[in-house]
Amino acid sequence: MLKDLFTKTKKKKYATIPSDRDQQDVPEGLMTKCSGCKKIMYTKELQKNNKVCIHCGYHHQMTAYERIESLFEAGSFTELDRNMLSVNPLGFPDYLEKIEKDKRKANMNEAVVTGTGKIEGYEVAVAIMDSHFRMGSMGSVVGEKITRAIEKAGELHIPFIIFTASGGARMQEGILSLMQMAKTSAALKMFSEDGGLIVSIMTHPTTGGVSASFASLGDINLAEPGALIGFAGRRIIEQTIHEELPEDFQTSEFLMKHGQLDAVISRTELKEKLVNILKIHVPGGEWV
Amino acid sequence: MIGDLEFERPVTDLRKKIDELKELTETADVDLTAEIQKLEKRLESLQDDIYKNMKPWDRVQVARHPGRPTTLDYIPQIFSDFLELHGDRYYGDDEAIVAGIATFEGIPVTVIGHQRGKDTKENIRRNFGMPHPEGYRKALRLMKQAEKFHRPVICFIDTKGAFPGKAAEERGQSEAIAKNIFEMAGLKVPIICIVIGEGGSGGALALGVGDRILMLENSTYSVISPEGAAALLWKDASQAKRAAETMKITAPDLFGLGIVDEIIPEAKGGAHKNDLKDQATAIKDSLKRSLNELLPLSTVEIVDQRYMKYKKIGQYEIEEERNLDQIKSR
Repeated sequence: MLKDLFTKTKKKKYATIPSDRDQQDVPEGLMTKCSGCKKIMYTKELQKNNKVCIHCGYHHQMTAYERIESLFEAGSFTELDRNMLSVNPLGFPDYLEKIEKDKRKANMNEAVVTGTGKIEGYEVAVAIMDSHFRMGSMGSVVGEKITRAIEKAGELHIPFIIFTASGGARMQEGILSLMQMAKTSAALKMFSEDGGLIVSIMTHPTTGGVSASFASLGDINLAEPGALIGFAGRRIIEQTIHEELPEDFQTSEFLMKHGQLDAVISRTELKEKLVNILKIHVPGGEWV
Repeated sequence: MIGDLEFERPVTDLRKKIDELKELTETADVDLTAEIQKLEKRLESLQDDIYKNMKPWDRVQVARHPGRPTTLDYIPQIFSDFLELHGDRYYGDDEAIVAGIATFEGIPVTVIGHQRGKDTKENIRRNFGMPHPEGYRKALRLMKQAEKFHRPVICFIDTKGAFPGKAAEERGQSEAIAKNIFEMAGLKVPIICIVIGEGGSGGALALGVGDRILMLENSTYSVISPEGAAALLWKDASQAKRAAETMKITAPDLFGLGIVDEIIPEAKGGAHKNDLKDQATAIKDSLKRSLNELLPLSTVEIVDQRYMKYKKIGQYEIEEERNLDQIKSR
């Protein structure tokens, strides 16, 4: 428009003062500002503490590979099905372009990493979701990879551990995504019937179809502090019941209060607690 | 006709015109028989044209039609000796799901289905067919009972979805749905699921894991409602029509994707236009066919085949390792 031509050439005649937020910003890399308490700390220090704020205990999101590094004995992790890739079954506009973009951004092929490895000597199969890739949403690949990891755990008679982080079923694959809830749950059922141990650790966020399938199906269901966990979205609920929801609604602590979780465990203690669980589930125990 | 939908307006208009002419022939002194015959022929071809080429959005409207038969309409037509059983034994009785025992062609069965209302009063009682956790837990309790007595389970699916409410979340909506899916996958009796209206997301799937998935011709089944999809994808709920087309949610679409085993035909324009008995007979025939195939199977065969049915669902490709290294080096 004609008006735009003029505004563009206009020079700023005033000095700009950096906002409080900008002033607090620090060069990326060396330092990190906590998303919880806004305090600044060395990135290295934060990483060493498993991305849990050393001041307030806020749990920053971890990538799947960071999680693997923090849990497994060095060199013990073998990834499964890394080469399984999404297609566009519904011919959904722009779907594969979005996948490509996330592949580069998150430097991974899909929203879940699966494999086997050792945690303090205990061999386990694991599926770790990563919300940096398409919000961790579950389409055919995520469902199939998790199913295969469960089947692998069954074959090897080892426990299955899942870290969930997902916005739910992936819309772009429509009904196929919904059916992944059934596929993964069916695999867990078979595994469970054979006496397999399932541990679910819900991390931020675990919602929708993921919350309503494998995330809730652990023999032991754990959650990280402050994670958003729930079935329906907060906004949809507010619109439906015309009621303001409590601030802690659908957090780990809220679920804990309502008897929906076995425990809320800080990431800094998670490995220790997992090892504890694994130890107790060694068939017949460890006679000393 | 009352309750006619937007897409069938041309049919409605033409029918009205024919009725007018008929009345005129009777009352006035003109003979329009030839004209009426011509128009009736046109009506027929117009109906064929409109009802055989229904767009996804048209089917969404039909699936949601207030006059569309519900679970409780079908039960007395299809089953005998139905006795409704109530409650989850933990919290309450959710009337958005009805369940009970009955016989089908002489065989004892357990019947479970979403139940919506046909008017406001009944809809409030039935919570618009949107269950709370106790509804799913009632369903599960009766499925386990069916397993104990070796009765096949028949599920009718007709819900917009699980109820999005505060109480539902507090009582573990996610866990209730997950547990149903989990237990249905391993249930040691045949399960047949019939989508009779809307199949909305996890709330539908919680009654929807079976050996056969049948679908009425104009019902829908989707991961999210067209409105919800439009709001999320294009930040505009009014694009629901476009979303309905993109999401592949109709019976023919789902049959094509291999999710649905059989499409049960409806009358032109939808089940609400059919005689209830005729529609029930069509469902009955389908049900009989499925049970004939499933009843001879052993418990192990049933569960294994069900597992393979779901294991197959999904599309992906396996990339060769050398391409992967390229991705890694990027």
